[in-house]
Amino acid sequence: MRARLLAAATGLAALIGITPLNAAPDNFAAVERGRYLVVLGDCVACHMNPNGEKRGAQGFVGGRPIETPFGLITTPNITPDRETGIGTWSADEFYRTMHEGIRPNGARLYPAFPYTYFTRMSRDDTDAIFAYLNTLEPVRNAVDRNTLPFPFNIRASMLAWNALFFRPEEFRADPNRSAEWNRGAYIVEGPGHCGACHTPKNMLGGDRSGDRFAGGPLQGWFATNLTGDQRTGLGNWSVEEIVEYLRTGRNARSAASGPMAEVVEYSTGLMTDPDLRAIAVYLKEPPAQAPAPPARTPIAAEDDRMKIGEALYVDRCMACHTRTGQGVPNMFPRLAGSQVVQQEGSETVLRVVLQGVRAAYTPHAPTSPAMPAFGWRLNDEQAAAVTTYVRNAWGNAAPAVTPADARRMRELLRDRP
Amino acid sequence: MRRLPRKDAVIVGLGWTGAIMGHELCQAGLQVVALERGPWRDTASDFNIGTAPDELRYGIRHDLFVRTAQDTVTARNRMDQEALPIRRWGSFLPGNGVGGAGVHWNGHTWRFLPSDFNIRSHYLERYGEGIFPENHSIQDWGITYDELEPYYDRFEYLAGISGEAGNVKGQILPGGNPFEGWRSRPYPTPPLKMQHAQNLFQRATTELGFKPFPLPSANMSQAYTNPLGVTLAPCTYCGFCERFGCANYSKSSPQTTVLPVLMRHPGFEARTECEVVRVLKSPDGRTATGVVYVDAQGEEWEQPADLVILAAYQLWNVRLMLYSGIGRPYDPNTNEGVIGKNYAYQANSSVNGYFDNQLFNSWAGAGSLGMTCDEYNGDNFDHTGLNFVGGANINCSTFHARPISARPVPPGTPRWGSAWKKATRDNYLTTTNVGSQGSNMSYRDCYLDLDPTYKDRLGRPLLRMTFDFKANEERMSAYVTDKMVPIMRAMGAKQIVATPKRGPWNVVPYQTTHNTGGAIMGDNPRTSAVNKFQQVWDMPNVFVLGASAFPQNAGYNPTGTVGALAYYAADAITQQYLKNPGQPLVQA
Repeated sequence: MRARLLAAATGLAALIGITPLNAAPDNFAAVERGRYLVVLGDCVACHMNPNGEKRGAQGFVGGRPIETPFGLITTPNITPDRETGIGTWSADEFYRTMHEGIRPNGARLYPAFPYTYFTRMSRDDTDAIFAYLNTLEPVRNAVDRNTLPFPFNIRASMLAWNALFFRPEEFRADPNRSAEWNRGAYIVEGPGHCGACHTPKNMLGGDRSGDRFAGGPLQGWFATNLTGDQRTGLGNWSVEEIVEYLRTGRNARSAASGPMAEVVEYSTGLMTDPDLRAIAVYLKEPPAQAPAPPARTPIAAEDDRMKIGEALYVDRCMACHTRTGQGVPNMFPRLAGSQVVQQEGSETVLRVVLQGVRAAYTPHAPTSPAMPAFGWRLNDEQAAAVTTYVRNAWGNAAPAVTPADARRMRELLRDRP
Repeated sequence: MRRLPRKDAVIVGLGWTGAIMGHELCQAGLQVVALERGPWRDTASDFNIGTAPDELRYGIRHDLFVRTAQDTVTARNRMDQEALPIRRWGSFLPGNGVGGAGVHWNGHTWRFLPSDFNIRSHYLERYGEGIFPENHSIQDWGITYDELEPYYDRFEYLAGISGEAGNVKGQILPGGNPFEGWRSRPYPTPPLKMQHAQNLFQRATTELGFKPFPLPSANMSQAYTNPLGVTLAPCTYCGFCERFGCANYSKSSPQTTVLPVLMRHPGFEARTECEVVRVLKSPDGRTATGVVYVDAQGEEWEQPADLVILAAYQLWNVRLMLYSGIGRPYDPNTNEGVIGKNYAYQANSSVNGYFDNQLFNSWAGAGSLGMTCDEYNGDNFDHTGLNFVGGANINCSTFHARPISARPVPPGTPRWGSAWKKATRDNYLTTTNVGSQGSNMSYRDCYLDLDPTYKDRLGRPLLRMTFDFKANEERMSAYVTDKMVPIMRAMGAKQIVATPKRGPWNVVPYQTTHNTGGAIMGDNPRTSAVNKFQQVWDMPNVFVLGASAFPQNAGYNPTGTVGALAYYAADAITQQYLKNPGQPLVQA
């Protein structure tokens, strides 16, 4: 009897053109778009299984601790598991999370989740991501989401933060610019959330909007300057070079490593060529950017730090990076004129020297060569001298590195394998 | 013993041949597992530039080689002797771990001469039966150089070999080896920069009428990106190749050419510290059904597979076949059976030259930095009346002057004390060497079998080697060494010490790791273990790769031929065998 009633009701619904609430539409197109938007957003880098597994749903099970200046934040499970994931969420709720940083239960998210960028995404796009996430196998993985220390663990404080630093608004294209430029702007300022790393933060973790893309210290690295500055930014990089770097993880100038290696492996390396070009076109002509860093003259070659640094360089570094700092294309990064080496902060250079680093892997550049650690055979003075040297040799110019910098980096690296 | 899910193919050993075969099979869509009994090894994690050139650790204490407590062999010169186990490697150094001997080689990458492949019929036709030594078992390979040429080419382009072509499609080119078989195109990278010793050698040999050419090298003369997209960096001439892993990505190895791609392949899996102890057979004995291996915890596992690829080192391939009852073991008394037959080695010699007025700076070297002459190799010269078969290449290479082992003091110098120190100081920079890499023929009484007495940690009999240098090899080595002395004289040495190869074979001093044979290829199942595709004659789903297939050894380093044969077998499997699996590719 009950079944017959139901059938009658469904028949009625069909008759008057409404669908039952729970029937999923054939959302093939949305799912396809969502899968690619997840690549643009580099979601996997934060939400993947902390054991490194990232195939299928494992890329979204959460639990990876993300370093912030305020402590570790553990990422949530965004598979459609009903209890520990987003299985009970609606598309409206997902949009609100992306657009405003507020979860269905009203809890405010921290901007480690870059809703400050995702807010620029269209409703269509967040719906597509939601549709894609809902195709994943639901994985039960309860994550302790409250790992920040006091007072940062008080989520209500984000109310004030948002009032200061955040305005929810979707992206608006600039009609005076090309479609390509606007596409780049959308990716960079929206899902790609490049500024989350490459724009310096104020004391409270908000973007210093006057310093867009000036770069800054981050998680024990120095996110590079992406402005048009010739020495520290992308001023000397052509659009083609930016595209090659984002696609393959390397070009004749540089190799992606550290957090950027993950960005290339999980995100930019999987983007379409037109999108990479759009990003490069936008980065070469951003609407506003930080003022150029102060002009610098290299530290004199006669300086003791430079002489010691040069001796160490000849002994330890030159076999790969060559005497003139030219490196080997696609293998050992060029240091002469290198953007990475000349950043205001020495974090990346010091870290790479002390701890070693492995270049990104992409199917286009599978070698993934590594620089070994030198921390065990250089003391703080030597590490400071050799990094000061590479920052000031061959026409490079950047602030000297001190033994105290090296000591601090060593301490920072102690519990980071 | 626990049984694991079936794989399409199981590969025993992840060195050069295992990596090449793994990649080709995965590209063909197969699910492949490689079982490697040694540890994982990679440039980034294991060959740190600050620790890789550690002569004590690697050169003297053999860090990259299989521990004799895990596996060794027993050795004897003659069948009437009792063989004893080698407890510290000496004469040869079997590799271990991912990359195998491809990690610690010098990088000489040769093609064998066309006449090396049909040596028996070639010598028979040119000189008659009388040329062959007593008790020999020299055989043709069952494959021609022309068949193998495309696969030499593939291996050389995989590995980015540096060299100067001497024969491109039949056109003899100046500066290369005029005796080499034709090649379809030049080497992928130009030769290395020569050292002072090579320049002297080149001048001297040219004056004497030789045609010297650069030794083909797996040490890169320049950066090179191979067809798999993997990049190698230029060699820094540090001189730590043989016995060492390369820290600069400058020496071709599985790590620097194949593994970066293979390890990411979704169809591929490698399990390290997993020692295969036997191949399993179907009840009728005609098919292999998989392998049994022991992991580091001592657990036994069964890995079923449709295809079994033996890609271990030559000695261990043979041992595994003998344990598993694949093929009929060779019996030297009846000359029947095939597994263990035709073990061969290499008859090398050297001429040291001590100079007054030359500085060689041998510290700056590379594993295959050398100039070579091929006039007295193979059958490049008339053997009429010489009473031997075979020959040797003559080379002058500067491959290291490492401080512990390179003490080139003249004979008569005290072994220690102030006179020894003075002689070291006087000769370290002023000594150089001309060497020969000599062929080794096969004989009825040079073979491999299972030792009746000594067992390994798992209770399995050790492999027994019965081998000695024969009069044929001694005559060949004496003849070629005689040709080397005038070269050294023309180079200007004030004192010359020549050491031709003489028996008996001694397992203590290092000679060469070019062990060959034991599972030889051929055109007849009665006299060979595998067909030309390295497919076991009577167990068609088993392929045995590597120098175990050489029916005798030529006057060259084996790796180029090993790599070419691996590609040849891989093509045969992916293009023929898989269309009709379980069938022999050559009808017996």
